[in-house]
Amino acid sequence: MEMNEYRLSHLRQLEAEAIHIIREVAAEFENPVMLYSIGKDSSVMVRLAEKAFAPGKVPFPLMHIDSKWKFREMVEFRDRYAREFGWNMIVEYNKEAYEAGVGPFSHGSKVHTDLMKTQALLQALDKHRFDAAFGGARRDEEKSRAKERIFSFRDRFHQWDPKNQRPELWDIYNTRVHKGESIRVFPLSNWTELDVWQYIRLENIPIVPLYYAKERPIVEIDGNLILADDERMPAELRAQARPTMVRFRTLGCYPLTGAVRSKADTIEKIVEEMMVTTKSERTTRVIDFDQEGSMEQKKREGYF
Amino acid sequence: MGKEKIDIRQYLDRDEKKDLLRLLTAGSVDDGKSTLIGRLLFDSKKIYEDQLQALERDSKRLGNAGEKIDYALLLDGLKAEREQGITIDVAYRYFSTNNRKFIIADTPGHEQYTRNMITGGSTANLAIILVDARTGVITQTKRHSYLVSLLGIRHVVLAVNKMDLLGFSQEVYERIKADYLAFTEPFGIEDIVCIPISALDGDNVVERSDRTPWYDGPSLLEHLETVPIDRDYNFDDLRFPVQYVLRPHLDFRGFSGKVSSGVIRKGDTVMALPSGKTSRVTSIVTYDGEPDRAFPPQSVTVTLEDEIDISRGEMLVHPDNLPAVGRRFDAMLVWMDEQPMDTRKNFFLKQTTNLTRAFIDGIEYKVDVNTMETAPADALNLNEIGRVRFTTAKNLLFDPYKTNKATGSFVLIDPITNNTSAVGMIIGSLGQTDEGEGPGVPVIDLAALGIEESHRGALERAAAELARQGFEIKVK
Repeated sequence: MEMNEYRLSHLRQLEAEAIHIIREVAAEFENPVMLYSIGKDSSVMVRLAEKAFAPGKVPFPLMHIDSKWKFREMVEFRDRYAREFGWNMIVEYNKEAYEAGVGPFSHGSKVHTDLMKTQALLQALDKHRFDAAFGGARRDEEKSRAKERIFSFRDRFHQWDPKNQRPELWDIYNTRVHKGESIRVFPLSNWTELDVWQYIRLENIPIVPLYYAKERPIVEIDGNLILADDERMPAELRAQARPTMVRFRTLGCYPLTGAVRSKADTIEKIVEEMMVTTKSERTTRVIDFDQEGSMEQKKREGYF
Repeated sequence: MGKEKIDIRQYLDRDEKKDLLRLLTAGSVDDGKSTLIGRLLFDSKKIYEDQLQALERDSKRLGNAGEKIDYALLLDGLKAEREQGITIDVAYRYFSTNNRKFIIADTPGHEQYTRNMITGGSTANLAIILVDARTGVITQTKRHSYLVSLLGIRHVVLAVNKMDLLGFSQEVYERIKADYLAFTEPFGIEDIVCIPISALDGDNVVERSDRTPWYDGPSLLEHLETVPIDRDYNFDDLRFPVQYVLRPHLDFRGFSGKVSSGVIRKGDTVMALPSGKTSRVTSIVTYDGEPDRAFPPQSVTVTLEDEIDISRGEMLVHPDNLPAVGRRFDAMLVWMDEQPMDTRKNFFLKQTTNLTRAFIDGIEYKVDVNTMETAPADALNLNEIGRVRFTTAKNLLFDPYKTNKATGSFVLIDPITNNTSAVGMIIGSLGQTDEGEGPGVPVIDLAALGIEESHRGALERAAAELARQGFEIKVK
């Protein structure tokens, strides 16, 4: 069977594509960085970078934009694996806003997100003069991503112009930028959420334990299941915390990230649960244009 | 579509082994393209997921209520984007069946069709070309098919849609099929399959329809799941463009890259181009161990027995199977930029891992994509296609696009705006420049110029930076 001898499964094809993309950036840019969010997609992306340069080390740093309100377990995970795998990890935050006491409980989610995430990212990119930044976003996540290039051009204000994207053909990537401009690079563009979980399972990639179901102190706030993660949660809210079996589908700032009730404590169970919910939530997801429109707006402004 | 029930572990084990088919859909909303994509995305997903034990209860609870809404919503999604004035040139969508994963490059049929189709189709294994059974093969069908053949997409499905409006007439279908095959004959597309469908009612989309008893071929999805794509890569001619030189420590020197075509094996004698030096492959290195061979589209690292100096842009090949080496070639060029071609500009040209300067020597002709007629041209405008002659500042290693997509394709980058202005598919070498070897590579001869050896490092670094910019200079 000469033919099947040269067959790569879809995951190995996606892996090969991502490695090619990551190497292209290392070869063509002067000062690239890999944005590391501590989430599962980031974990996959970092593993792919390690694969791209084995037996050598990854030739660019990872950077985490710390909003200062991440789950404690996320920060522990980040520090532990950066040490264990020898990652060159930069951690940046919006110092001015942090010192002014900005946070989701006091300033609301919109102000907090803008200052501690978007602005913090833009400041850090400018500070280090990175000319390329990897992100772990996937095209199947939402509509504005579905049409974005793998090498996505940003002007000197970090803005994305969806109407004026560079044609991107074959595996030839246009990496040319003028001073101050940059490229966001998405090696996982063609991965689906299932692909990511599959890859984590196959490669035994460590992920933050918050993804797995466990009994945790949970407060219900406006219908969201919020983890009482530290003392900064107002005492009257903390007092309402009840032990609840939950897991997190996405990770971010703990006061802004709702958990789901779940018993899924293995990858297999998570995938199974994900598929059941995807199915019943299919309609709402498709209808949800508002959110997608606002994501596109955010992206134009420089958000990832 | 097996009806057996499996658990999540089996499900994932199977899922992991699937291959990947990239496909392009061409046609406009009027042809029922969005409805068809909606069907493929949702109907296939439903069948696929229903295989899983845990989902059974769920699907019963949902019943069929959701079905019709889904297609409409998908249509509305595209509409909403248009209303917001957001240009969608290519949107990528993902779905999966029991046998394969699929990536759909969905391109709108009307405006900017050439640019969009070319962008979406460059990596496609297969193109679905939709025609409305009431109108048959029209100009748009011809245009789409020409672009598909230009891109070298090997598998084409002509989906004859809206058969329900014509009472599933075999006669109509056969006439359209004959028209299409006659029209596309000169294009030399390897594999064309025609399928009578109704995207709206679902006939022959996922399941075979009993309303077309005269049709004995597969449903569209059956065909997508089984069309053999194993040979879509070129496994014959080894081309390994060096992408990155890996030097983690003094004892390791590896050449990283993607196997663009052919197969590289441990122990192979390989030649580095353009230097022409040969060596043997000591090992193929990956994070997951050292395989005996690597093939497209794998990304690996190769180590060689001898210490030869190879950098990015050079290529490893088998000594008995060489690409063209040269600075002059002609190509079919598709102009993608709002700014018309200025033939006096010297563009950046990126091909495999090489970047060089390129000059446009002349345009043989341009092609009218609606009639396939050729006409003389002084320049190309947005969405125009022409046969163009080039000279590059340094030697390129290439093959005709027809035999090797990976080494026969390139992009042209505007040196001022940095936009990707055009994309090209190489037809063939035009031999040496008119002045024989051409101006040649300038040499900085340290001894001749009375420059001290201590400056060599700095000059070599400057030369390397210029090479990165597409200008080659030798330091002697």
